[in-house]
Amino acid sequence: MTITKATTHVTQNEALVFERSQTGRRGYRLPALDVDETPIDELLPAELRRDDDLEGVPELSEPDVVRHFTRISTWNYNIDLGLYPLGSCTMKYNSRLNEKVARIPGFAGLHPLAPAEDAQGALQVMYELQQHLAEITGLPGISLQPAAGAHGELTGVMMIRAALDARDGTTSDEAKRRKVMLIPDSAHGTNPASAHLSGFTVKTIRSTSEGLTDLEHLRELCAGGDVAGLMLTNPNTCGIFERNIKEICSVIHEAGGLVYMDGANMNALVGVARPGDMGVDVIHLNLHKTFSTPHGGGGPGSGPCCCTTELEPFLPVPSVVKAEDGSYKFDSDRPQSIGRVKAFYGNFGMHLRALAYILTHGNDGLREATEAAVLNARYIAEGLADTFDRPFDSPPMHECLFTDKRQTRKGVHTLDIAKRLIDYGFHPMTIYFPLIVQGAMLIEPTESVGRAELQQFVDAMKEIAREAQEDAQTVLDAPHTTRVGRLDEAAAARKPVLRWRPAEKAAGA
Amino acid sequence: MLHGLGLGSAEELFDSLPADVLLKRPLDTPAALAESELLELFEAMAAKNAAARRPSFLGAGAYSHYAPTIIDSLIQRSEFFTAYTPYQPEISQGTLQAIFEFQTLVCQLTGMDVANASMYDGSTAMAEAVLMAERVTKRSRVLVSAAVHPEYLQVAETYVAHAGIELGRLEVDETSGRTSLDAAALEKDVAAVVVQSPNFYGCVEDLKAFAEQVHATGALLVVVVTEAASFGLLRSPGACGADIVVAEGQSFGVPVSFGGPYVGLFATREKYARQIPGRLAGVAYDKEGRRGFVLTLATREQHIRREKATSNICTNEGLIALAATIYMTALGRRGLQEVAEQCAQKAAYARRQIGALEGFSLPYSAPVFNEFVVRAPSEAEGLLRRLAESHHVTGGLALSRYSAERPNDFLVCVTETNKRADIDALVAGLKQS
Repeated sequence: MTITKATTHVTQNEALVFERSQTGRRGYRLPALDVDETPIDELLPAELRRDDDLEGVPELSEPDVVRHFTRISTWNYNIDLGLYPLGSCTMKYNSRLNEKVARIPGFAGLHPLAPAEDAQGALQVMYELQQHLAEITGLPGISLQPAAGAHGELTGVMMIRAALDARDGTTSDEAKRRKVMLIPDSAHGTNPASAHLSGFTVKTIRSTSEGLTDLEHLRELCAGGDVAGLMLTNPNTCGIFERNIKEICSVIHEAGGLVYMDGANMNALVGVARPGDMGVDVIHLNLHKTFSTPHGGGGPGSGPCCCTTELEPFLPVPSVVKAEDGSYKFDSDRPQSIGRVKAFYGNFGMHLRALAYILTHGNDGLREATEAAVLNARYIAEGLADTFDRPFDSPPMHECLFTDKRQTRKGVHTLDIAKRLIDYGFHPMTIYFPLIVQGAMLIEPTESVGRAELQQFVDAMKEIAREAQEDAQTVLDAPHTTRVGRLDEAAAARKPVLRWRPAEKAAGA
Repeated sequence: MLHGLGLGSAEELFDSLPADVLLKRPLDTPAALAESELLELFEAMAAKNAAARRPSFLGAGAYSHYAPTIIDSLIQRSEFFTAYTPYQPEISQGTLQAIFEFQTLVCQLTGMDVANASMYDGSTAMAEAVLMAERVTKRSRVLVSAAVHPEYLQVAETYVAHAGIELGRLEVDETSGRTSLDAAALEKDVAAVVVQSPNFYGCVEDLKAFAEQVHATGALLVVVVTEAASFGLLRSPGACGADIVVAEGQSFGVPVSFGGPYVGLFATREKYARQIPGRLAGVAYDKEGRRGFVLTLATREQHIRREKATSNICTNEGLIALAATIYMTALGRRGLQEVAEQCAQKAAYARRQIGALEGFSLPYSAPVFNEFVVRAPSEAEGLLRRLAESHHVTGGLALSRYSAERPNDFLVCVTETNKRADIDALVAGLKQS
């Protein structure tokens, strides 16, 4: 079998900017100072001024800087190069058009503290995005303030805390007892971390052999009367739709709790089903997943919160509202609000891109993207069904889950398969997540890939499975084509070197 | 493809969803727009942002500095902006090396030992610093200067609401404009003192004096910087004795963009490295001994420690941190100093001119960097509105936005991008308004 796809990995060695520094070089020029100069000692006494002359900060010319960052960039895999099938991360195409929109000077150059009447266009963008997200989720209360998914989660569970405190008070025995946040064992690690920050105690719900939330266990946990809420991802992190979602929500509601949905997988539902129609009380969306704002090598993200009318009073302030005369304004009059979770109004540049995504796709296109994402995941699930172990039989939604069970007999594990994929020119899938599945490989192709490349991926995975049987060492030693081989992460954590220091240069490291 | 999978229609892809949760109508969002139509629409909305077209003296947490062209052209490389968090280090060395460089630059500017890969922004970085101070000291009272950016304080209040941390206030001395720290406030249970410098009113705090008093009680000094350009001129917080330094990095080549995305800087002492929130890149070697970089000390983080993690943060502000890294590298040692000096010089010029206007006064005596409070003869909000309408200049921020007791005060910010002609126009406008 020939796998035709290959990417190149530049092997040249580019030093750190500090190691490239040459005294006296500079990468730009300022206009000459055009005001009368005040003696520096009159501006600021010496004891308030730097006395280290910024020693160690690099000095490079403009071409030095451009070459440096261009060279190191070539060591990165990226969506524009090809399939980037990280499950749960949703690495879909990032439109250049949306980048252009975010850079329009009237937006990029707009100061956040400009008077609202002189920033009407920006408020309109936020208002319209709020309206569309409300329609897509079926949840009418929106805050665009959270800066990322985990930040939206924190906002959502804090709203649950505030809503329960408003309902039950904070002094009664019942109120004091209601501190338990239920989280399935398959959840993202951010869920329990956010719950903890909001003052909840976490209890874990088991999953069934089908990869679904165990309803019986859920009922048992709810019987204690101490349940404040549930944090649930749907489709869950195994890529399966929680078909009992309505019943799950009623069990929680009957127990006096509220339901938070982690919207990381909302790209499987847009235009097809709405969390608000399922009984969910509050959800966060990852604009950098579902609505294609670029991941940027780890952010910026954007994690708006959408909630029911009942929870709206608890949303962060301010939000954007439309006045009767058609103008837009900020509304901070929300006495029960959890407060502010970020300075200003959220990652506005991401709001622009997400609105551009919604408008270029149109309502039909949004649903088509969902269909294509699910179809592509099904194609991979089907293509690899005979080669890799599937922990659950349920049909996958937008991502499919396999394990390394059949390959471990030859000593080849998920990590090895992932590293070998790099040699075939693909970014690996998400590995060892969800934690409940041993040797998990979570594959999310997204809608941004055609059949030919999907088949190349399937072929590459099959080829690796064959190698695992016939030539395991090749897989175990992968990757073979990158600038560096597998890095010793354990050693790096034992004696962490977290910054450059001149001494390291001297040692020639 | 559908038929190959044994499916008759796209609807069948969703057979695992119960019928009663399916949306049985099209979404009520607009029909698709072509590229040209979309650009027209957004250009029309952008045109309504009149403030973006005026010379501006707004600062207060978001600063207009010049960003060299190479920043945007480099961060728009597919390899940077369409990559994910570097979980697979062998094919993410570009991102990882840039983070390592970012961490080092942040350490150099703040005068600290260790910096993380970024936080969402300055405000959330400050809230995380408060939480970290509680973890380190096991004490639960944190004193925050009243001259910290009001929105930063609001964010901290939200973050600590359920963390068992009590936030106390340190008042501002109405003569100097600096934070007052009396020894009585520093009881034994204080985990940290949080001071911003230059503070919200532009005044440079005496951090060294703070550090001595704060350390005497075993508490930590957290220093907040909203105007990162000041690092080029002011004594670093680390050199003054800070234990945690958090800053907004937007000044480093990032557009003001109506409040985000920005980038939070977070730095601390070596001994607290394992208490730091967020991602850290570190040096690692492969079998051949080649140097590379990996995300490290992950056992602090949510994906391993879950509810016991040092923070819930996952996605940070990678691309904005990269923009800041390129900015710091392109300007370099001398450029960062020159920008800071020009900011201070131009602000001093503007401050002198405005201070000499009849009826206007400068209420605070402490040294400033590039922002200062002006007390107007009349209500500041109306004055600034008239100034915008008649002289087409945004003269600053009316402090009544955050504090009703300051009706006549406004905050003026001057950077290297404000030309002398604009400053003169501001002064002339104030005189007439």
